Amino acid sequence: MSEVGMEYSLKGILRELLSYKSGIASIVILALLIGLSVYTVVTIPPQKAIAMWRGENNMWIENPRNAAPEWMAFFVHKNLPKTFKVASWEKSFGIVKAEAPLPGTSIKKIHIEMSFNYPYDDFPSEVNIFFRAKFNASKNTPLVKIYWIKPDGTRIPVTEMTMRDPNQILYVSVDQQIYNNLVMWLQKEKGITPYKTVTTQQILFGKITPAMAQGKVDVEKGAYKLVVDATTYNKGDDVDLKLVVYGTVYGIAGTDHLRRPLIIALLWGTPVAIAFGLTASLAISIIQLFIATISGWYAGIIDSIIQRITEIYMIIPFLPFLIMMAAFYKLDIWTILAVVIVLSIFGAGIKSTRALVMQIKEYPYVEAAKAYGASDARIITFYIIPKILPPLVPGLIGSVPGFVFLEAALSLLGLGDPYLPTWGKIINDAYNNGALYKGYYYWILEPSFMLIVTALAFAMLGFALDKIVNPRLREM
Amino acid sequence: MSFKGFVRYTARRGIVLFLVVVVAIYITIIVANMGGKIDEFVKGDLYLQIAQQVKRDPQYKNLPGSEQEKIIKAKYEQEIKRLGLDKPFFQRSLIYLKDAITLNLGRALYMTSDSGSKLVRNIILERLPATVLLFTTAMVINFFIHLFLGLYLSRNYGSLFDKIVIALAPTSTIPGWFYGIFLILIFASWLHVLPYGGLVDVPPPTDPVAYALSVLKHMILPLASWIISGFFLGIYGTRTFFLIFSTEDYVEAARAKGLPGRLIERRYILRPSLPPIITNFALGLIGSWSGAIITETVFNWPGLGLVTWTAIQNFDTPVIVGVTVIYAYLLAVTVFLLDIVYGLVDPRIKLQ
Repeated sequence: MSEVGMEYSLKGILRELLSYKSGIASIVILALLIGLSVYTVVTIPPQKAIAMWRGENNMWIENPRNAAPEWMAFFVHKNLPKTFKVASWEKSFGIVKAEAPLPGTSIKKIHIEMSFNYPYDDFPSEVNIFFRAKFNASKNTPLVKIYWIKPDGTRIPVTEMTMRDPNQILYVSVDQQIYNNLVMWLQKEKGITPYKTVTTQQILFGKITPAMAQGKVDVEKGAYKLVVDATTYNKGDDVDLKLVVYGTVYGIAGTDHLRRPLIIALLWGTPVAIAFGLTASLAISIIQLFIATISGWYAGIIDSIIQRITEIYMIIPFLPFLIMMAAFYKLDIWTILAVVIVLSIFGAGIKSTRALVMQIKEYPYVEAAKAYGASDARIITFYIIPKILPPLVPGLIGSVPGFVFLEAALSLLGLGDPYLPTWGKIINDAYNNGALYKGYYYWILEPSFMLIVTALAFAMLGFALDKIVNPRLREM
Repeated sequence: MSFKGFVRYTARRGIVLFLVVVVAIYITIIVANMGGKIDEFVKGDLYLQIAQQVKRDPQYKNLPGSEQEKIIKAKYEQEIKRLGLDKPFFQRSLIYLKDAITLNLGRALYMTSDSGSKLVRNIILERLPATVLLFTTAMVINFFIHLFLGLYLSRNYGSLFDKIVIALAPTSTIPGWFYGIFLILIFASWLHVLPYGGLVDVPPPTDPVAYALSVLKHMILPLASWIISGFFLGIYGTRTFFLIFSTEDYVEAARAKGLPGRLIERRYILRPSLPPIITNFALGLIGSWSGAIITETVFNWPGLGLVTWTAIQNFDTPVIVGVTVIYAYLLAVTVFLLDIVYGLVDPRIKLQ
């Protein structure tokens, strides 16, 4: 089914393409995706993206773990907590720091009060305190007492400790001693023994009621205060701290199990997917075109060798072979791309193109070219290939999604690029960390959405082009 | 065509296909052995194993280190000779090739079948039924859906359903495993009505009927993912194919003669268009038996795809080669049979 003999111009094709709704839609989406790719590569250069995805220097420590995107709050009709930070070295409303040296000694009392408002409908996912102190660890180190003041003024002693490290991190929500302190305080002051599912965050941010014994706690909204009383023993010592209350939502894409913002991988996945898909498709189509043309034009022994190679290719199972190469040799994404191309150039597409070439070979204008003594190379490049190129374009575009998903499939098996963040790698992370079991659906849905949009855009463009290039399909 | 010509054609085609299989298997052997590197792993493992054995043996336990070392060396050399690992890789690759061609699949390096056998043949045969069960069912269901709905649409083209199918045909570029993830998300994770994956419940029911029902329940999602993925493009493809055939001159002629629609459809459209459809089906069926690695991984379906993937992860070359050899033979035989059958029945195919 070939319509050889039609003439095409880029302008004409574009005009016709825009007469289809699917054509317009696909062009708009592709333009957006390409714009997004350019934006990504310009604003986050590859080296930076890799460093960010590796999380160098613990750079994501102040991000929540497995936080859903912020727009989730809209769907659950709840004001889901966002991460907020209060630091004692910041001069702002609600932060008070007072120092009182003890006369005649080098001892100094430091009093810090940090007020903040908690307006959310749910408990935070985590609470940490990051210290930024100045002292000599080999001498007497500062003594720190931390109190938690609830909106109604209840004062809860959280912990008492001597510092070991100037940059110590107090993991409030997982610290067993703090939890024990809180439970003991509840028992002594309120006569409540909380059920074992009640977490540190729930005691800190919840309403203290007898229902805690049954494990039921409601959020108490309002103005909280963190009070720190520190004693330093040597001259020049100082204590500062930052309270980080981790939310359950983060940014427009959320975070993963390593606190990394998913948006980095979602953005970087775009240029990688498009480059991988387009390059694979383009290279394979063009190489196949040349092989098929040579096969059809020369016939005889060359043709039969090419036909046999095609059969060998058919018998070697493509995907297991590719997976084996990727796993054995630990290939990066661009080497995988090269392997994909090599494993596909003698694919099934050769047969139909070859038939087309054999048909064109008999055309009068080719006979004429032969008659005036044109070389084989000239006839192939100037008379045959321009003729068979247009019918191949829809297939070329239409096969892009296949390669995009191929990259995702390899990543799903953990065989993707070891450094670059891609959509497939997010799905792989999500799968390996039980996103489906734990209900972190956004983690799978976001990269899937990008994959689907990209795939459908290319596929729709391919179908629309097919109708233009093969007009016989149009009336059907 | 004379009988002699037919025999000559068949023999030539058979020999060519056999050579193609040999070359394909040899390439697989070279790559699956990483050009001989896998043998180095095997040798390393072997040395470690023998060293531990000797050091644990009470007979040698009290010997000085250098003596022990000597014994280990000697035993190792002997074992290497016995396994033929002392020969150069090229020579060994030819032995592997001979074994593979004669279906002497040998023993796995690390993997064992669920029943504890190390024979590659047992490992493959044990998992083949699961793969055949799932993917043959999927292929057959898809085949009939595409055939009948395609035929229906070619009769009613331009209808609303036809327009929907055309509009949704691009959804088939999304592969089955990808739909699988969504199906798991909806039916297993969210609604809790179907299992996440696997072949049967754990522990497997002892009653055969309950066992079959359990397997059936586990098959629903993987089957559905393949059916959804193939649905629109499959129907669209068949429909377009039939439409193209229905504009052939001889169909127009039959119509002009006033033959009833059903008869035209059956005799003039369906019959000549079936061979390529059946070819595709047969090749797809054989292809599906090598297992769909990704689908089986997503659904944790214990078939050949999962075995291949486990073998690749463990560098278990004999298993990889074994799976490829069986696949290659099945495919080559199918191609060969199809060639001959078409040569016999289709007058349009000229045998030289």
